[in-house]
Amino acid sequence: MIEAPEGVSPEIWAALDTVLDPELDEPITGLDFVESCTVTAAPDGDIVTVGLRLPTFFCAPNFSFLMVADAYDAVSAVPGVARAEVTLVDHHASDEINGGVAAHAGFVETFTGEATAELDDLRRIFLTKASVAGQDRLARPLVDAGAGPDELATTTLGELPESDELTRLRRRRDGIGLPSGDDAPLLIHPDGSPVTSEQVPLHLRRARLQRVGIETNGEYCKSLLALRYAPGAATAP
Amino acid sequence: MYEKDGEKYFVVDSHSHFWDASKENWVEGAEQYAKGWIDCFYGYHQLGPPETHWDWEHYLKPSVEDFERDMFVEGHVDYAIFQSTYLREWYKNGFNTAAQNAELLEKWGDKLIVNGRFDPRDGQKGLDEFDADMAKFNHKGIKLYTAEWNGDSRGYKLTDPECYKFLQHAQDAGVKNVHVHKGPTIWPLDKDAFDVADVDHAATDFQGLNFIVEHVGLPRIEDFCFMAVQEPNVYAGLSVVVGGLMHARPKFFAKVMGELLFWVGEDKMLYGGDYNIWTPKWQVEGLVDWQMPDDDQFADYPRLTTASKKKILGLNAAKLYDIPVPAELQLPTEAGENLQPGEELVEGTAGAQA
Repeated sequence: MIEAPEGVSPEIWAALDTVLDPELDEPITGLDFVESCTVTAAPDGDIVTVGLRLPTFFCAPNFSFLMVADAYDAVSAVPGVARAEVTLVDHHASDEINGGVAAHAGFVETFTGEATAELDDLRRIFLTKASVAGQDRLARPLVDAGAGPDELATTTLGELPESDELTRLRRRRDGIGLPSGDDAPLLIHPDGSPVTSEQVPLHLRRARLQRVGIETNGEYCKSLLALRYAPGAATAP
Repeated sequence: MYEKDGEKYFVVDSHSHFWDASKENWVEGAEQYAKGWIDCFYGYHQLGPPETHWDWEHYLKPSVEDFERDMFVEGHVDYAIFQSTYLREWYKNGFNTAAQNAELLEKWGDKLIVNGRFDPRDGQKGLDEFDADMAKFNHKGIKLYTAEWNGDSRGYKLTDPECYKFLQHAQDAGVKNVHVHKGPTIWPLDKDAFDVADVDHAATDFQGLNFIVEHVGLPRIEDFCFMAVQEPNVYAGLSVVVGGLMHARPKFFAKVMGELLFWVGEDKMLYGGDYNIWTPKWQVEGLVDWQMPDDDQFADYPRLTTASKKKILGLNAAKLYDIPVPAELQLPTEAGENLQPGEELVEGTAGAQA
């Protein structure tokens, strides 16, 4: 976790650090999406104001909505916080999203006529992708050390050394009800079924492709955000 | 044509524009969208080498002289294929219409191909417009930007019944190539707008058409690759991959190229420079010089040979568009068909090594 900016309590920052960009599978803190965060003391508790920003004006509204809503929920749940105000800036759907989240309206109500369902399925799709990519991160060192398909197919999470990547994979799996305990296999299909040794080569190819996909998107987004908000940028909003 | 170390490369830029994003062309009341769109492009522009950057004002509208210099004089491009993108909700005369692009045909009719487009939400009027375009330009290809706004609609899918009607109509009229470009706002908004599953269905149902997925399905390369490995008429458009990664993120460029070479294969990858998001010179020269890094993490990715580079830079697109290639720039005819890349894995017949 990157350090909390000056003036932001570690508890608030830790709460924001739990909010993921679902597409990139990274916290909004590390992605530099948190433009501002201020805490004002009030008689009945703190008022926390958070401004979020994104790499482009046209970032997909569904993911943008999830990040604003998740940040609102995470900050609101911090003990001592009386009220959270989270707003998205410089985005083509800022008004709708900010209004919708503040009014506790769901996604369908926020985008009346433009959406047919809440975003649970969308979130599930991306947690599934993240848990596929995570298998590559953990399995790759084993492959490099000479592990073959038989060994990989029977490796469990409990046999792996504790690491941030392992914790990350367990959390993603928890989020979609996939096995995440010590006895869970490292390699599983998106539906949770185990990968047989015959399936290992293709599975690993797919896992790596998934990881390359997500991480490449992350690189684009980070570059574009840095350019958009660089001092003196011609495209400064 | 680009020549390096005694090798000659025929260059087809399969994804170019000649756009007008000047302020005079912004629709009143929609200025923030018109600016947001071109600003987004300008962000991508800056991922190229610094010496190739234009200032923002200039970037809004290239001149005919810019185009000639960047593409043909300095850019090594033999043929460029224009992909028309209308965006009339934001740009009064359209962002990059077939008519705009066709003005350049008068000057370089032997070097340019102007692709058409349609919007299935325009109904009969759209079909009529398409027919009129076909009569005028005899399009061999069309570009479909499925996230285009149209009235209250924020986008469409290739599998929409109306779109199937248009695809059938286009196929009957002689269109061969459909360039598909995804964007962020598709109805319904709760679904993943970048999902390429609709291309999968359409490619199966329209065997007479080739589907070139622009930007290799970015940001869903994985979905694109799984689909492309199974659909013989699906191709990878490399615009944004080369321009956005080769200079700015070389390691990721290598990984993405490696995945594409494995899953999609060098016979189905098409160079696109995306003018004037980027100019072609540095992309063409960089691609010819490029090789997969020797590092262990890239060890099992396929390598690019001189022949593969020739295919990707121009010969593959020339085949799709029946562009005449001078004999000295062609590859010697190969005997036999290559195994589809990745096929051995998909068929479940892979060797045991991981």
